[in-house]
Amino acid sequence: MSRLPVKKTYKLYLGGEFPRSESGRTYEAQGANVARASRKDVRDAVRAARGSFPRWAGMTAYNRGQVLYRIAEMMEARSSEFAELCSGAKEVNQAIDRFVWYAGWADKLAQILGSSNPVAGPYFNFTVPEPTGVVGVVAPDEPPLAGLVSRVAPAIVGGNATVVLASETSPLAAVELGEVLATSDVPGGVVNLLTGHREELAPILAGHMDVNAIDVGGADGQLEELERLAADNVKRVVRGRPDVESPWEIASFLELKTVWHPIGL
Amino acid sequence: MAELDRKQDRAPVPSSWEYAPAPEARDLVQLRDRYGLFIGGDWLEPKETYETIDPSTEDPLAKVGQSTPEEVNLAVGAARDAFENGWSTISPSERAKYLFRIARILQERAREFAVLESLDGGKPIRESRDVDLPLAAAHFFYYAGWADKLEYAFPNRKPRPLGVAGQIIPWNFPLLMLAWKIAPALAAGNTVVLKPAETTPLSALHFCDVLRQAELPPGVVNIVTGDGRAGAELVKHPGVDKIAFTGSTEVGKAIQRELAGTDKRLTLELGGKAANVIFDDAALDQAVEGIVNGIYFNQGHVCCAGSRLLVQESIYEPAIEKLKRRLGTLRVGDPLDKNTDVGAINSRQQLDRITELVASGEEEGADIYQPPCRLPEKGYWFVPTVFTNVAQSYRIAQEEIFGPVLSVLTFRTPDEAVEKANNTPYGLAAGVWTEKGSRILAMAQKLRAGVIWANTYNRFDPASPFGGYKESGFGREGGRHGLGPYVELE
Repeated sequence: MSRLPVKKTYKLYLGGEFPRSESGRTYEAQGANVARASRKDVRDAVRAARGSFPRWAGMTAYNRGQVLYRIAEMMEARSSEFAELCSGAKEVNQAIDRFVWYAGWADKLAQILGSSNPVAGPYFNFTVPEPTGVVGVVAPDEPPLAGLVSRVAPAIVGGNATVVLASETSPLAAVELGEVLATSDVPGGVVNLLTGHREELAPILAGHMDVNAIDVGGADGQLEELERLAADNVKRVVRGRPDVESPWEIASFLELKTVWHPIGL
Repeated sequence: MAELDRKQDRAPVPSSWEYAPAPEARDLVQLRDRYGLFIGGDWLEPKETYETIDPSTEDPLAKVGQSTPEEVNLAVGAARDAFENGWSTISPSERAKYLFRIARILQERAREFAVLESLDGGKPIRESRDVDLPLAAAHFFYYAGWADKLEYAFPNRKPRPLGVAGQIIPWNFPLLMLAWKIAPALAAGNTVVLKPAETTPLSALHFCDVLRQAELPPGVVNIVTGDGRAGAELVKHPGVDKIAFTGSTEVGKAIQRELAGTDKRLTLELGGKAANVIFDDAALDQAVEGIVNGIYFNQGHVCCAGSRLLVQESIYEPAIEKLKRRLGTLRVGDPLDKNTDVGAINSRQQLDRITELVASGEEEGADIYQPPCRLPEKGYWFVPTVFTNVAQSYRIAQEEIFGPVLSVLTFRTPDEAVEKANNTPYGLAAGVWTEKGSRILAMAQKLRAGVIWANTYNRFDPASPFGGYKESGFGREGGRHGLGPYVELE
């Protein structure tokens, strides 16, 4: 007699936990009932992200790099499951390798993007990159895993906390990723993964006054509306592409801080 | 005995020390009655004009153009022509040499421009002479050197110019802001249409003569004057590839909204409400000088002005006493007098805004202090002002006043100082005063602002990136980072 498999309930990943949408809504995607996040879920996710930000940004770069590498380790262990939820093994490998690549950037960013500035006076002056804060990511529909990872990894490696709207059509890989993140020493709230209707959720994220930057790369036909809403608190707007990896992708979620001090005896 | 006689011959010790007037020569600058728009290397007679005035006397200085949409269109067309027919393909080292020339000519004509800047804007000649002009020239000199070294600024990428940059600048540092905008744009190979502020167009218009002397190809820099309507035309113009704006957060947001969904690049340098934090171990006399320089420099018309003072409670009394005493020695008056510390408020409109916000501070319950001070009868003036007993919720602690008005708050612990300093939507600058090195670095890390001045304030340099966090804008000006907004990375 064959055994009946135990099926998974697909939920949100919010503040390090796996709640259903507070609205109780679901929608059907990839043959499963997926949580359909609400306005309140977006707001809760932003709160969770803001709460986790000081700790994540305050970790040493070496430590953050190790946590990103740990994500790759955990993904590797589940790669066959991931492969079933996206376009296949190739995409999974790409997503894993991307985390590894960005993990190595954590403790090199300041050397590449920062500077020591030779001002014309007796002052010590330097510029360092710092995370901008809470970053909203509208992930592309395709590829559902590598696209999301390509946008989230550069945001978090620099010390930001994120609220991510997963692929609407293929959200399951994102939920699986949440389970990886929960066991990868990523502090709860640093990555919050919401599934649901992008058209409903993206404007809430774009207009939220406690979100510092938004990646609208996955915005489908909503670009102008989202960018207009982003202006309400002068958000940094990034039109991220799902297929690139570069330190400039990290830089677009960073601020530059310049510090002056007099030199004298 | 002879010695005693000599002593008697001396003048008696005066009972008070007055400064004699020390005006800078106004005729160093030759004003024209009327200025055109500088488009394609020529002066275009504007259809509409308005008058720019000396804010310290309210006397008219000259008539300048209020650019119409057609005129803005002509300027953008000239910039496009110049970009496509020469400037973007000229050898980068030649581009560098034009910028070096501009820097040198500005140095040579520095005093003339300093006088012009003080006349049109009301700022003390000491500041326009010692700060605005040297920094403007230095900015061109700095970016000149980058023009043929761009590939070293962006490892593993090929930087390409964007095209036509539309640049809109404020009235607080007219020529310096022009330099901050034009120098990196040209160094990276772009051409420019720049709109100076409505109330301070003259230094930008005289700068066109520097361009003539430098033999810059026509159309590489175009200047269109006028109020916000001309700026809005520039922002909307489909032929512009990039907008760089320095000004209020309100207008910055409107520009960001306007550009939503377009491919135009944008950088914004907006308002601020910087906190100057003094710990009880600070060198108090130096700190008080820094605070005064932080808020009364340029009449407080500085986006990064240290407009909130956070004093540790244990030194509150001596700090405020010293601050008030120092305030009494500030000389307010004729911008062209070399002894003047605080000049004229830039415009009637700005004076009204300062007056309104100061009234709100009194209404909300803060204690106001203004030193005895005789102001000229004509012109726009505001006495250097300190508010104590200020709550964080008061408008004078939250809104940018952009005038010589300081709001004092107190704190007990470093954490409280950080929390209060960061408690605004802005994030442009902050100051820290303490003798403890590790505390400086910890505070510098925790303050959410683009520029942190430790044991100093309001220092600027072309090699030093400047720009804000949060609602103070995005993008940096100055340094290697200042090139980023003007290139496409391939």
